[in-house]
Amino acid sequence: MITQEQSIIPIDVGKLIGSVEQCRNEGYRLAQIGCTKVGDNAFEINYSFDKDYVLKNLRITVTAETEIPSITGMYWGAFVYENEMHDLFGIQVKGINIDFKGTFIRTSVKYPFGVTIVKGEKP
Amino acid sequence: MTKQIIVPFGPQHPVLPEPIHLDLVLEDERVVDVIPSIGYIHRGFEKLVEKREFTEYVYVAERTCGICSFIHGMTYCVGVEQIMNIEVPERADYLRTIWSEYSRLHSHLLWLGLFADSFGFENLFMNAWRIRERILDVFEQTTGGRVIQGTCKIGGVRRDIANEKLAEMSSNLDSIRKEIEDLTNVFLHDDTVRHRTRNVGVLSREDAYHLGAVGPTGRGSGVAIDLRKTGYAAYGKLNFSMVTDSCGDAYSRCLVRCKELFSSIDLIQQAIRKIPDGPIEVKVTGAPNGEFFCRAEQPRGELVHYIKGNGTKFLVRSRIRTPTLSNIPSLIKMLQGCELADVPVIVLSIDPCISCTER
Repeated sequence: MITQEQSIIPIDVGKLIGSVEQCRNEGYRLAQIGCTKVGDNAFEINYSFDKDYVLKNLRITVTAETEIPSITGMYWGAFVYENEMHDLFGIQVKGINIDFKGTFIRTSVKYPFGVTIVKGEKP
Repeated sequence: MTKQIIVPFGPQHPVLPEPIHLDLVLEDERVVDVIPSIGYIHRGFEKLVEKREFTEYVYVAERTCGICSFIHGMTYCVGVEQIMNIEVPERADYLRTIWSEYSRLHSHLLWLGLFADSFGFENLFMNAWRIRERILDVFEQTTGGRVIQGTCKIGGVRRDIANEKLAEMSSNLDSIRKEIEDLTNVFLHDDTVRHRTRNVGVLSREDAYHLGAVGPTGRGSGVAIDLRKTGYAAYGKLNFSMVTDSCGDAYSRCLVRCKELFSSIDLIQQAIRKIPDGPIEVKVTGAPNGEFFCRAEQPRGELVHYIKGNGTKFLVRSRIRTPTLSNIPSLIKMLQGCELADVPVIVLSIDPCISCTER
């Protein structure tokens, strides 16, 4: 068994910017942002920060209609994850420093991870 | 004000083995801004968790990349084993470490060849890939596959390596080390190479850390992060020093990879000396119910496999964050202010793996 210490901290969308800012001030590195579909219209978004090999995950739960604030003001490189979330899941992110508006990842179907696609049916 | 023009770089370009597109905003010959674009070969592998059982998904995870395929498969397996509390036999951990380090040798040698090609040193390219063939031969002899190994499984590994073969591999690594010494001497001491790589694509330590640079891209700027230090597989039982450099230019990133070749050879030889006899797998029953962020050190840097299961044979989510995706913001920073002629060298210096990124 390995010992990769990690924690998951659920937070409200409204507290996201404050919590991320705290991570930045404490010297955490942004490891990744990842989205998981957990219901018909519910998504978990994990913001993973690393410091000394300890992974701290801030988790928000949103719907496709929820507009979430961009964290690129604190972590400039977060635009790759935020654009990815938008292009694959249809998550609305406001204020991305480099906003590709749906053209960062070219997909043959719109939001392939955001809707259930039935064979033969166009999303 | 100087007139700005936009020069498209990629998706097809002689130095790019895989497609990525950069819009280079130029003032005369100087790059003032860069807009990246990916997605030309996005495959949607992660979606396959809905259709493949978690035991079958190892094959999918392994096919994320054609270079560090073994490490993808292993990281996925380690993540599932962590959720299911599976204790892997010690011999399997050592075998995983040996194959992982062979993957690093293979990847770094491949990169050295491509890097040499990016500044027009064709002979160096051929020499790097000639040595790489010897590494691929070992993969073929021990796993049956040169690119996709298929040896990792949840609960251990599928194939053992006989102790006599391990001894032969260790002995062969001595001669490979000598060849690599000759090769890296050219990369690190040849005036032509230094001229094309020194002070090119400089990334400061602070920028590297906050932009999320990982692997040799980060370590070349002095960011001392190497996930092998967390001790997964058998790394916790082996001694190795992390390779870092502080200059942050293309030469530093090359230097880190050159030194890591020797570190990998040393790790394999240590593992061969210490590997215990015993079983190579345990029986796995049940299905994963829980979640885990499993991280490993790929040749290009930190790899994250997020795995979430709900107790059924199909996972809820497999999210793969590859090192190249994390290094793209750093690449933009490196390119800002560089000369147009240096763009191929700088792009290659992060060792972009677009197949991984477009999983």
